[in-house]
Amino acid sequence: MEWLITYRFEVAAVILFGIGFMNLLLRKNLIKKIIGFNIMDSSVFLFLASQGYIEGRIAPIVVDGVQDVSKYINPIPSGLVLTGIVVSVSVSAFFLALVQRIYKKYHTIELDELLKIMKKEED
Amino acid sequence: MSVVLECMLLLFLIVCAISATFNKRLLVTVIIYTSYSLGTTLIWALLQSPDLAITEAAVGAGITGILFFLTLKKIHELRGTSDE
Amino acid sequence: MSKHRKPREAKEQKSLWARFSSWVEGDEPLYEKSRPLRKDRDTLSSSGERETDLSRYLLVYHILAVFICLSVTAVLLVTVHSLPLFGSPDNPASNEVVERYVESGLQETGAVNIVAGMILDYRAFDTFGESSVLFLAVSSVMILLMRDKNNIDLEEDTLTARELLMERKEKDIILRKVSFIVIPCILLFGIYVVLNGHLSPGGGFSGGAIMGSALILYSVSFGMMEVNRFFSLKTFRAITTCALMVYAASKAYSFFTGANGLHTGIPLGTPGAILSSGLIFVLDICVGMVVTCTMYGFYALFAKGEI
Repeated sequence: MEWLITYRFEVAAVILFGIGFMNLLLRKNLIKKIIGFNIMDSSVFLFLASQGYIEGRIAPIVVDGVQDVSKYINPIPSGLVLTGIVVSVSVSAFFLALVQRIYKKYHTIELDELLKIMKKEED
Repeated sequence: MSVVLECMLLLFLIVCAISATFNKRLLVTVIIYTSYSLGTTLIWALLQSPDLAITEAAVGAGITGILFFLTLKKIHELRGTSDE
Repeated sequence: MSKHRKPREAKEQKSLWARFSSWVEGDEPLYEKSRPLRKDRDTLSSSGERETDLSRYLLVYHILAVFICLSVTAVLLVTVHSLPLFGSPDNPASNEVVERYVESGLQETGAVNIVAGMILDYRAFDTFGESSVLFLAVSSVMILLMRDKNNIDLEEDTLTARELLMERKEKDIILRKVSFIVIPCILLFGIYVVLNGHLSPGGGFSGGAIMGSALILYSVSFGMMEVNRFFSLKTFRAITTCALMVYAASKAYSFFTGANGLHTGIPLGTPGAILSSGLIFVLDICVGMVVTCTMYGFYALFAKGEI
């Protein structure tokens, strides 16, 4: 059980990934699917950022001109995640716009009703 | 001490994610998701990445929430609140 | 049957390129919609049978989904057990790249904030791609939600018109007074975050999002007509394209210097001063403008279908 505490961020990221994945696959409601997708996104970010963290060091902003590698944490995951957060918000905005259009056409956002209506339209 | 705080925040995240999954009303789900984003903000601050914290606070908790609420309004899910 | 087939064959004789170009023009679908095999089966089976088909498919889907979720989570949990120790300095992620960024980042980019120096100088092309992703996202949302001749909804239009009338009539005095005081502070803070991107945490993305939320608050409390006086579709287009073009122009030289992103020739200035670190300052402002426009554009398109 010791490793649960040691690897707390990674374990939490994996559990959140599982929850988001479940949401994405099993929920019928499109909004809930999008929220599951967002949770998956942030779990990946959490994992990445936790890989860059180093115990007892400070954020990568140069203080007093000290430029020693053993003083700052890893800046690369921070940069990657910064990119990812903004991309994830634009992706979810696109999803939400799609949901609005789907509602306008079919007047429902429940996936099984949508499937039934689409099947009927196909005939 | 910080280990306890981190564990509590991570548990908060997991509880938020689970309750967002199992809630019936979409409005409550979105509100819980916004608070989940705020929890993530605190975690970024604890992981020594203030860049991420300030971005997540503005984007994840602010703009994403607004977009979700606007969509809920467009798909008539806000019934029962004073808005509709 | 032969009657059916004739036009299809005639269509197939058109060359692939002609069909593709007419698809691009929107005249005809790339693949034909009719699926003869499916149709035959559909006429044979009754609709009740198809219902059970669907429900059986859903059952299989559910079982498979739960199985895949659980197995993925289990595999990942097992993998976590053999990861390098959390927070240890000899993590393989902290290699010589990090050493270079931390030890000579200040001299090479002039940015005190190493993350800003990294994403806007060493990896500036990444950030350019990301700004383009934002632009692309707002364009596609515009395609989906913009009110034009293909996207008309009378019911909703009357609803928004009524809301606009209400907006004008009942002035929410508390909201207006509070936002009158708060909005300048938010805007100022956003500008501060953008301009200090190379000195303190923040930068183009966060500052742009803050300024965008100030604009959103303005349009919520004073109505979208007020915002349209200084921020219309024209200004949106101009600002976004100008910022992206400036970014592209100021980073295009790295194509000609063999993808070497350094040595711009602009003096880096003293680290810690506002006007320092050369191009990073300019690029931060560009990214901030793109993000501001994008965030406000999302809001305006979602709320009213126009910017």
